[in-house]
Amino acid sequence: MSVLADAAEGDALEPRTATITRADLVRYAGASGDLNPIHWNERVATEVGLPGVIAHGMFTMALAARYVADLAGDPTAVVAFSTRFTRPVVVPDDDTGATVELGGKVTGVADDGTRTVSVTATHDGKGVLGKAVATVRVG
Amino acid sequence: MPLDASFVGRTWPAETYEVSLEKIREFATAVGADDPVHHDRDAARAAGHPDVVAPTTFPVVFTWPATKRVVDDPALGLDFSRVIHRDQAVELHRPLHAGDVVTTVVAVDDVRELAGNDVVTFRCDVTDADGEAVLTTTATLVGRAGGDDA
Repeated sequence: MSVLADAAEGDALEPRTATITRADLVRYAGASGDLNPIHWNERVATEVGLPGVIAHGMFTMALAARYVADLAGDPTAVVAFSTRFTRPVVVPDDDTGATVELGGKVTGVADDGTRTVSVTATHDGKGVLGKAVATVRVG
Repeated sequence: MPLDASFVGRTWPAETYEVSLEKIREFATAVGADDPVHHDRDAARAAGHPDVVAPTTFPVVFTWPATKRVVDDPALGLDFSRVIHRDQAVELHRPLHAGDVVTTVVAVDDVRELAGNDVVTFRCDVTDADGEAVLTTTATLVGRAGGDDA
């Protein structure tokens, strides 16, 4: 059984800290095909008014989806995920990278056991994903 | 320049994409999804799948290029250099796995102006070789004001 299969409505999920480095962004750019230079080129990022190189929103979303899948104990359990990208995650040019705090709460349990999970992701204490909701098939 | 609202409801010619084991492995590695069902065919089959399974957000690999083609249509009027990805959703009707040959149809669901910014919602409906629905994605992009007209 998994953490999520046992979770009831209102239960908070164990938080996790994810780290994002420049190398992660380069690897994700190649794997996803999203080569927008704001995700790997400081000069271009600052030219368009960003504080620096920022993570792909889709990368943060992927980390959040994996966090929920891990709690479900099944890599195929997250059958839907929707989110708003509310703030960028600025990733510094160092070996440490940026940290994103992931958390979640079960907001619904359907008759067939499907869980609805409200997911939070914060960076520097501010939310980077808004209205993030995962639909999780468990059991 | 306001966007062309007549784009709402339009769809574009379908694009086909063949999902491969190696691309799933590459993407899964990039997002830290290390479960064997994303990497090892035997493990995936042991878990009841026909082949390695794609992580939840993998479809962006083919839905984004299909969407970008519409974003870049000069008739729509979006300046991509000023575009922000505001919202994203993915809904899987069944697991996506290596060997799937999928077809993506892009539609514009909504075009509006919000505080001077252009807001466009794109939907991708993805079907398999049998014509069965596999997944749906929606992406809302915002073209920030202050470009050509500033």
